[in-house]
Amino acid sequence: MVRGRLAWRVGRLAEVRDETPTARTLVLDVPGWPGHLAGQHVDLRLTAEDGYRTTRTYSLAAPADGDRIAITVQRVPGGEVSPYLTEVFAVGDPVELRGPVGGWFVWRPTAPDPVLLVAGGAGIVPLMAMIRARRAAGSRAPVKLLYSVRTPADVYYAGELRRPEPGLDVTVVYTRKAPADWPGEPHRIGIADVNTAGWPAEFAPQCFVCGPTGFVETMADVLVALGHDPRRVKTERFGPSGS
Amino acid sequence: MSELFEDGNALAGPAGEIFAVDITSATTRCVSCGRADAVAALRVYRHAPGLVARCPGCDAVVLKLVRGRDAAWLDLTGTSSLRIPLPEG
Repeated sequence: MVRGRLAWRVGRLAEVRDETPTARTLVLDVPGWPGHLAGQHVDLRLTAEDGYRTTRTYSLAAPADGDRIAITVQRVPGGEVSPYLTEVFAVGDPVELRGPVGGWFVWRPTAPDPVLLVAGGAGIVPLMAMIRARRAAGSRAPVKLLYSVRTPADVYYAGELRRPEPGLDVTVVYTRKAPADWPGEPHRIGIADVNTAGWPAEFAPQCFVCGPTGFVETMADVLVALGHDPRRVKTERFGPSGS
Repeated sequence: MSELFEDGNALAGPAGEIFAVDITSATTRCVSCGRADAVAALRVYRHAPGLVARCPGCDAVVLKLVRGRDAAWLDLTGTSSLRIPLPEG
């Protein structure tokens, strides 16, 4: 994607939605936002009164709605930025941002291939942008989502993911505590889950894996072991910048 | 230890200040081992005064990017080539 060099601009918080007790979606009004692809990010920059500045990168959670963009921020206890964004940052407040950034971990709704999305925890955010972009574009690409969370209370976008949607299969795996009607015991996602909830390798799906580093590496190894072409397995790890 | 690095996607914003194209979807070839990877797949360490991207195959430093007050400094010593996808010209 060719575009001008990135510059900082000012957005304002337009709306907030609590996703879980520790995660909040921030809808920002960004005049002149150029649009973005599902999977791209935005950099947010905060400046303290003493001039100290810090930058964090967040995945965009939805396709742009005109000049409106959405991110979902997980509060990291003791973090430098996320407690401010999830607890203090209020509707009408400004924030400096630049984007969209990133062009590799993206999905285009024109792609007809099957898609496997594998999310660990907050790794659902860019994958949800793909699900929403698919819906917005009326894409018929079949999508399977495999989503690992600790407990039912940790599911982001729970209401939206529960609603049936043609061509979208959602499988949630609980690692610590499962709902009473969930078959099986809580466990870490393993090869059997990926085999059951994913596509056979011969369908040559595009695979997107996002989550904490260990999760992403394990899942990428599992997909390759199941015969998926490593070039079709795109990964995005959470780094220390997410705090 | 593995939690110390991020992936090359973390270079998107800082590199976007320099380049008019997204370089995270470019393919980089490592001078040390010859492996070709998407820049997005490199291992990026932030604890230096900037960003240090290492090859996921041999761990050699492929790219360094430091943003100073009035300049950016980009070291590509470890990169033998960058293949950048571009629309038809």
